[in-house]
Amino acid sequence: MSKQENSMMEWIDKRFPMTATWRAHLSEYYAPKNFNFWYYFGSLAMLVLVNQLITGIFLTMSYKPDASLAFASVEYIMRDVNFGWLIRYMHSTGASMFFVVVYLHMFRGMMYGSYRKPRELLWLIGMAIFFVLMSLAFTGYILPWGQMSYWGAQVIVSMFGAIPFIGETLSNWILGDFMLSDAALNRFFAYHVVTLPLLIIVLVFVHIIALHEVGSNNPDGIEIKANKDPKTGIPVDGIPFHPYYSVKDIFGVVAFLIVFCGIIFFVPEMGGYFLEYNNFIPANTLQTPDHIAPVWYFTPYYSMLRAVTVNFLWIDAKLWGVILMAAAVIIFCFLPWLDRSPVKSIRYKGPIFKFALTLFVISFLVLGWLGTKAPTPLYTLLAQIFTVIYFAFFILMPWYSKIDKTKPEPKRVTK
Amino acid sequence: MRLIKLLLFFIGLAPILVFAAADIKLDKAPIDTSDNASLQRGAQSFVNYCLTCHGASYMRYNRHQDIELTNQEISERLIHTGQKVGDLMLTAMKKKEAEEWFGVVPPDLSIIARSRGADWLYTYLRAFYKDDSTASGWNNLIFDRVAMPHVLYQLQGQQVLDVKSADDGKGGSEIKKLKLSVPGALSKQEYDKFAADLVNYMVYLGEPHANFRKKLGAIVMAFLLAMLGLTYLLKREYWRDVH
Repeated sequence: MSKQENSMMEWIDKRFPMTATWRAHLSEYYAPKNFNFWYYFGSLAMLVLVNQLITGIFLTMSYKPDASLAFASVEYIMRDVNFGWLIRYMHSTGASMFFVVVYLHMFRGMMYGSYRKPRELLWLIGMAIFFVLMSLAFTGYILPWGQMSYWGAQVIVSMFGAIPFIGETLSNWILGDFMLSDAALNRFFAYHVVTLPLLIIVLVFVHIIALHEVGSNNPDGIEIKANKDPKTGIPVDGIPFHPYYSVKDIFGVVAFLIVFCGIIFFVPEMGGYFLEYNNFIPANTLQTPDHIAPVWYFTPYYSMLRAVTVNFLWIDAKLWGVILMAAAVIIFCFLPWLDRSPVKSIRYKGPIFKFALTLFVISFLVLGWLGTKAPTPLYTLLAQIFTVIYFAFFILMPWYSKIDKTKPEPKRVTK
Repeated sequence: MRLIKLLLFFIGLAPILVFAAADIKLDKAPIDTSDNASLQRGAQSFVNYCLTCHGASYMRYNRHQDIELTNQEISERLIHTGQKVGDLMLTAMKKKEAEEWFGVVPPDLSIIARSRGADWLYTYLRAFYKDDSTASGWNNLIFDRVAMPHVLYQLQGQQVLDVKSADDGKGGSEIKKLKLSVPGALSKQEYDKFAADLVNYMVYLGEPHANFRKKLGAIVMAFLLAMLGLTYLLKREYWRDVH
C-alpha cells in the first residue's frame, strides 16, 4: 500500500473500524479448508438475493400495483421497456432459484449437522430468513395478477379463514376487503417491495454475524477451533475466507450463472414450473381454473394441506391441513434439539440416519411432485403416506439418532 | 428396503394411471418462429380474421419490424383500423357488443400462445365442426361448446363429427373423428399450412423478443463458459498452498 492510501485508511479507521471489519469478516475469518460442493449455496443465496433486489427495483419502475393495470404493466415491461423481458425473467427465475439454493443450503445443514451446538441460533435465524423468503415469494407471486396469482392467493388466504373463531375476521384484515381485490394487491405490493426485503436484508446480516461468531461447520462436523496453532492462535485446519473462499466462490458463481442464464435465455418458463401457463391469463374473479397449483417450491406443503381428508377430534380436515402445513415448516426449527447423535456429520453417523435422511428427501420430492398434480384417490393416499414419512423423520429423530451406530470422528478435518 | 421397493412401485405406477385418463391428443404444430415469410403470412391472416373480434392489445404494430416488415409495409398491409404505426393492436369490437353477440368477451390474443401452447391452438383451429345444438351452430372437438363460431369455415369448409363406439372390451369408449362434409376454398394441406402460419405468428406474438433472447443467450453462455475456465484456473492458483 502506498503512503497516501495508508494515511487514508488510518483516517477512516480512526472514525470507522474499516480495517478491523475487513479482517474480522474476510481476510482473518478462518473457515475450515475442507468445504465441498455443498458449501457454495450460502454465497449463491446471497447472490440471488442481490439479483432480486436490483431487478426488483427496475421492475418497480414500470409495474403498476392496480388490479386493472397490473397484468398489462407486466406485459408492457416484457415488450416496451428496453431489456424489460430480461429484467423480468431474471426476477422470476431468481425467485425459483432462490428456493433451489436455499433448499440445498438447508439440506447441507442437515447432512453435516450444522444446526448442532453451538450453531442452534444460527440455524434459527436461517429459519427466520426462510419464513420471510416464503412470504416474499407469496406476495410477489400475486403481483402479475394472472389467474394463478389470484387463485393461488385465494387458496392461501382461505387457509387463514380456517382458523376457528377469528379466521374470517383475520382474513378480512389481511386482505383489507371481503375478497381478494385491489386493496390486497396494493398492500401485498407494499410488503413485497418494502417490509419484507428490509427484513430479509437485516436477517441475512444477522445470520452472517452469528456465523462468524461461532465459525463455519464443515463436512466432517468437527470444530476447527478446538485445534489451534499455539503460537498464532489460528485454527490449524482453517484458511482465511479471503482470498481462498472468495476466489472459490467466484468459480461457484460462474457455474451457477451458467445454469441461471441457461434458464433465463432458453427456457424462462421452465416447462410451466417457474412461470405457470395459467398465469398468462389475466385474473378473472368469476372463473376458477380447473386445477390450482402453487409454484413448485410450495408444492410439498400444498400436498400436505390436501392430504388431510378426515375430520379428527373436534377439528375439521381443512384446519388440520393448515396445521400440518405450518408444522411441516416450523418443525425444522426443532432440529438442533431433536438430533441426539454423538456426532454431527453424516460421514460418521450410522446407517439409520442415512436411511432416514434419504427417505426424507424422497418424501419431500414426491410430495412436491404430487402438489403439482390434480388430486386423485391414489395421489391423496400417496400424499398421506409421504406426509407421515416426512414427519416421522423429525419426530422419531431423538430415538433413532441415539441408537444409531456411529463411527469415531477424526481429530483433524479430512479431504 | 422392502418399504422403499413398495414406495418405488407406487411412484412408478402413478404416471400410468394419469395418462390413462388423458384427453384428446393434440396435433403437433409444425412451426418455426425464425421463418419470417411464414410469420408475415400469419400476421396478415391474423389482422384479417382474428383482430375483428380479438385484440392483441399488448402488441404494437411497429414491433413487426422484428419480422422484416418496414413501417410503410406495416401501415399498408396490417393496419385496417386507421391507427398509427406506434399504436397497440386493439380490436374494433366493443366489449358490450361482444357480450350481446357471443355471451362472452373474446379473449385478448397477445399471449394466448403462452397459456394455451402452440399445439393446442393448431389443433383448435382445425377442430371446428357443425353442431346445430349450439348458439353459433359450431362446436369444437377440444373446446366443447365454445362461443366462437368457425370464422375460417370458408377456407376450411364444414366438418361434421363422426362418433364410433370402439368396443375394446374395457367398457364403451368412443372414438371421435371429424369428416369434411362441404369442402372449402383451401385443400386440407393448404388449410393446415394456413393454420400453421397463423399459430406460428401467435407464438411470435406471445413473446416477440424470443429469437433475440436465444441469440443473446448464446453469446452470454459462450462468455460464461470462458469465465468458468478462467475462474477455475484462478482458484487453483490461489489454492496451491492449501494441503
